[in-house]
Amino acid sequence: MYVYDEHDRRIAAERVAQFRDQTERALAGELAEDEFLPLRLQNGLYVQRLAPMLRIAVPYGMLRSDQLRRLARITRDYDKGYAHFTTRQNVQLNWPALEDVPDILAELAEVEMHANQTSGNCIRNTTTDQFSGVQSDEIADPRPYCEIIRQWSTFHPEFAFLPRKFKVAVNASEKTDRAAIQVHDIGLQMVRNDAGELGFRVHVGGGLGRTPMVGPVIREFLPELDLLTYLEAVLRVYNRYGRRDNKFKARIKILVKALTPEAFAEKVEAEWAHIKDSPTRLTRDAIDRIQSYFTEPDYTATDNATDLLAKQRFENREFDQWLSHNVDTHKKPGYAIVTLTMKKTGTPPGDVTDRQLEQIAELADEFSFGEVRVTHQQNVVLADVRQDRLLELWQAVTPMGFGTANLNTLTDVICCPGGDYCALANAKSIPVAEAIQRRFDDLDYLYDLGNIDLNISGCMNACGHHHVGNIGVLGVDKKGEEFYQISLGGSSHHDAAIGKILGPSFARDDMPEVVAKIIDVYVDKRTEEETFLDTYRRVGIDPFKERVYA
Amino acid sequence: MPDVIFQDGSIQRDDWTVVPRPAEGESLKIPEQGKALIPADLWLAGYEHFAGNYSVGVWFDSHDEPEILEGKVNELPVIAVNFPKFSDGRGYSIARLLRERFGYENELRAIGDVLLDQLQFMKRCGFSAYALRPDKDIKKAVRCLNFFSQGYQAATDTDVPLFRRRAS
Repeated sequence: MYVYDEHDRRIAAERVAQFRDQTERALAGELAEDEFLPLRLQNGLYVQRLAPMLRIAVPYGMLRSDQLRRLARITRDYDKGYAHFTTRQNVQLNWPALEDVPDILAELAEVEMHANQTSGNCIRNTTTDQFSGVQSDEIADPRPYCEIIRQWSTFHPEFAFLPRKFKVAVNASEKTDRAAIQVHDIGLQMVRNDAGELGFRVHVGGGLGRTPMVGPVIREFLPELDLLTYLEAVLRVYNRYGRRDNKFKARIKILVKALTPEAFAEKVEAEWAHIKDSPTRLTRDAIDRIQSYFTEPDYTATDNATDLLAKQRFENREFDQWLSHNVDTHKKPGYAIVTLTMKKTGTPPGDVTDRQLEQIAELADEFSFGEVRVTHQQNVVLADVRQDRLLELWQAVTPMGFGTANLNTLTDVICCPGGDYCALANAKSIPVAEAIQRRFDDLDYLYDLGNIDLNISGCMNACGHHHVGNIGVLGVDKKGEEFYQISLGGSSHHDAAIGKILGPSFARDDMPEVVAKIIDVYVDKRTEEETFLDTYRRVGIDPFKERVYA
Repeated sequence: MPDVIFQDGSIQRDDWTVVPRPAEGESLKIPEQGKALIPADLWLAGYEHFAGNYSVGVWFDSHDEPEILEGKVNELPVIAVNFPKFSDGRGYSIARLLRERFGYENELRAIGDVLLDQLQFMKRCGFSAYALRPDKDIKKAVRCLNFFSQGYQAATDTDVPLFRRRAS
């Protein structure tokens, strides 16, 4: 994992001092509310329904155990003793006091953390696959490139006041896309060209929100050394020509669509031609240097523990289920990737207490070289667990509430904080997630249904990624009452698609039954091997419509 | 006359007048005395008349294209870029293009909604003078110009990004 050097530390310290100065001027009335707004947003600080909300960056989802412990302490000392894992691999505090934020930032800086650019119209935290570096089918570890992008985008002087927010995601696996890159402003798919050289396929203009779009490819192959100059060219074209007259038309996807992807790509290439060989062009040394932080830990096991696990599975059915659903194949024999689910029914998805943060830190130290990864599905991954210790780990996590064996099933819901916390929300989202989780509490039935992405957003801003849920739920406001619109058929993976709206919206109380009817249609219509998405794609939306609105 | 602050922190009385774009059908009203900044396209349209007159500079609005002055930038003593609203970031790109692409070497001035917390970004993008909005405390500008001792990126102020400095 990346470790700050003296340059990073100094920049982080200067940032804390700068934000302290800005906060003092804001509290003294020297900065008008609209002048302070983008400054605090670029520091992840929202003023929310009940209190300020502080979004802390977790660059590409990586956290060390000392950082988890510091987060736990901060939630205790400055907040109400819990934090929330977001749908963009970050962490949020829901109740900090405005005047405490500079002190919180100082505490974060001590453990090499920050809240830079976690909101505002700037380049946000770069996200990636939570299985980076430990899966067998990736082209290369994407995390060094994410760190290179993090450094390049941090306080970039030209791009601090873009038309709108800007999100970059990187994916390195050929078979899967856990980073949902095609619904990002820039999605970078790592590829090798015919000569075997490493590079990126560049998607630009994907996104969710009011106008969901799958990002078209604007360059099939970008050599790795050209990464930053090309990003700079894309951002410059966007900064100059993106719409600024209408907030809802200001994302880069609108510009790409208006110009057409081809014309947009031409503009980028023309700009890039000027800066391609500028000093911003990466060097082999620079990449090597960052890569040297992402070396393999000292793996000790050498063989798969196949016999032992078979025996343990046979003896314990619940362990067997957990292994089947929450544990993934590791590139190293003898190791496994474990996902701790933060989706226990009755707990808002992604919420953790200070004690739980410390428990996760302990698990990381004990089982996974002191590191964890946060996923955009709001779960936490222990990436390097010895297979012969899986049973021990499972026994430890179950009483903590992280052992629910529902990963990727219907009840592994992606859910924004919604109207319970967020000032932007039109409707609550957490109670809907909970009601659906209660309705589908039979694990065997969930396993029979297979992988289903259920994503819930409390408003059009789509923090719950509802457009790309196989089943998407969007909270809407109808004359002051909360209703929920359903869409079907979305996907955030390599086969990315935006879901189609089923029809008129429903009251909250009806939601579990409506979802149950949708599931019934799938169960009736599916062939043996089909996932929910397969069946939907084959039969279309009509059978679902007929059943739900019958 | 208000003050203007320069990138080295020095403060001077501002002797340039920004001449607004004339309304449709009206002509440009350049003051008889003193120095004037006029819309860049109008300077170009009156090039025969203005060339060589160092009491006249130009200004760009945030949606203007600095490309129109390519090859002529160094004939101007001052180029200003207007920030209609501080949150409109187009001026940063315009500044870098003027400096890094068109090789502009004289005074590059930020005008309009110029506040304190954007000054260092402006400096890094090549602005050398800042006409701070009059209600802002110019005494705090020096600190705001220098919050950070270094940046990660190459920009107009340095052509050595941090990743290249680390290597040396």
